[in-house]
Amino acid sequence: MLLAIDSSIGTSAAVVDLDRGIIAERHSADTRGHAEVVGALMRDALTASGVSPAELSGVVAGMGPGPFTGLRIGIAAARAFAFGVSKPVVPVVSHDAIAFDWYASGGTGELLVVTDARRRENYCSRYSRADAAGLPVRIDGPVLAKPGDIVMGAATRLDADRISAGSLGMVAELTWAAGRPFAADEPLYLRSPDVTPSAGHKRVTS
Amino acid sequence: MNRDAPLVLGIETSCDETGIGIVRGRTLLSNTISSSMEQHARFGGVVPEVAARAHLEALGPALTSAVDEAQIELADLDAVAVTSGPGLAGALMVGVGAAKALALALDKPLYAVNHLVGHVGADILDDRGEPFEYPTIALLVSGGHTSLLLVRDLTSDVELLGETIDDAAGEAFDKVARILGLPYPGGPQIDRAAAEGDPTAIRFPRGLSLPKDMAAHRYDFSFSGLKTAVARWVEQKQDAGEPVPIADVAASFREAVADVLLTKAIAACRDHEVPRLLLGGGVVANARIRELAEQRAAEAGVALRIPPLALCTDNGAMIAALGAQRIMGGFAPSSLDFGADSTLPVTDIQVA
Ligand SMILES: [Zn+2]
Repeated sequence: MLLAIDSSIGTSAAVVDLDRGIIAERHSADTRGHAEVVGALMRDALTASGVSPAELSGVVAGMGPGPFTGLRIGIAAARAFAFGVSKPVVPVVSHDAIAFDWYASGGTGELLVVTDARRRENYCSRYSRADAAGLPVRIDGPVLAKPGDIVMGAATRLDADRISAGSLGMVAELTWAAGRPFAADEPLYLRSPDVTPSAGHKRVTS
Repeated sequence: MNRDAPLVLGIETSCDETGIGIVRGRTLLSNTISSSMEQHARFGGVVPEVAARAHLEALGPALTSAVDEAQIELADLDAVAVTSGPGLAGALMVGVGAAKALALALDKPLYAVNHLVGHVGADILDDRGEPFEYPTIALLVSGGHTSLLLVRDLTSDVELLGETIDDAAGEAFDKVARILGLPYPGGPQIDRAAAEGDPTAIRFPRGLSLPKDMAAHRYDFSFSGLKTAVARWVEQKQDAGEPVPIADVAASFREAVADVLLTKAIAACRDHEVPRLLLGGGVVANARIRELAEQRAAEAGVALRIPPLALCTDNGAMIAALGAQRIMGGFAPSSLDFGADSTLPVTDIQVA
């Protein structure tokens, strides 16, 4: 069983199991208040699942892509929880959860997952199909793109405003069961920090 | 829960130091600090997004090394404590998210406490003597804050007497260092340059010290005007084609900062009839500020306390210590619903 956390759009926490599926999931659509809600969502998902922290075999972290301030909070929570229960962190690309759901509910062919990156930009990931294990096969992305630059090709475009930690957790369970590698344990900010190197001191007298 | 000598792990991420501290009651077991200062050097100051990213990377390794150093079992912790403010919002949120998750994983209570009051609590961990008595005046000076507090009781009664109305003192050091062509962080650079200089060479202004300012800003600080005055003075020299006496400028600037800080701190001691002054924050690393504090405190008959530097800069041990004090005082834990508050007032010693 796995506890899964994602804060790449809103905040979502779930307890999942390979055989039982999504046992419990709690979600907040608020795209600003991640730090406020993350603890209660994790607690409520755990309580509703009846699973104790000691029974978990890992903690899934949605690595984004996502706007950085919020994205970090879920990853920090996943890492700290994993540290507390001495279990591994299982990193998963958040878009994979959206694609997993789409193929699982009957979608076929190429899929383009698009989420809001703020500042009039989007995060995009392209998938070709679901494989035998039911896992979406990502062939491009995630990348940051301006709306005009998004190439549709043969894909069905899916604009998502929510990531389910339950689906994220199921991607992790299936990935593990299929013996596939997990994502890199690095947050997918896809943007550099907004900073300009100091140009030295500017004159105060004209 | 053990309320006599609780074992507490504290998490601090309000600025550019990722601090994990572990204390048992009043005893320090680990003060693990990972700083992102070097990453900010080329920007000439702390970049909030760079600091927040660094917290996320440093958190796991810092937790591991703190627990290793303290030689404790996580299951033996009585509580987790965390800084919920004031500080950089995005940076604070990393610690808040992590602390909530850790408390949940361990099924331990969580204490969300005030960073500035934490600086005052750091003194408890100084094992060179008995902790300071209260009430005390506390002067907290760093790159992020410049505050003067009246602490009647660490866990229940802290009053803000004054604070900076513009730049923090540490920021002023960074900016003046840049004016003089010295690298970041400015504090140690100015200190080094000032060693050879004459502090009376140039009379730079003491912010908010004129009689007209004293009614509304008796204990407040302002360093923006001082920084501009230094820049003007240096530019005039340069425009006249004269060499800039860097040592004298650095010494005179440092003297202006130290003078205004200590004048106001000692005035607060006198006005409130509190014969104790506690210093905290990274700027106490500055040799002249420590020296002037000793001199002025002695003249005024005020007892002075300066904890070791590792407890004065931002750290998780002071947060753990304050959490432990709240537990020992019988206070209830925080809920899981609080957020990061970048402007948390000092009167909010713990958030619900
Ligand atoms: Zn501080």
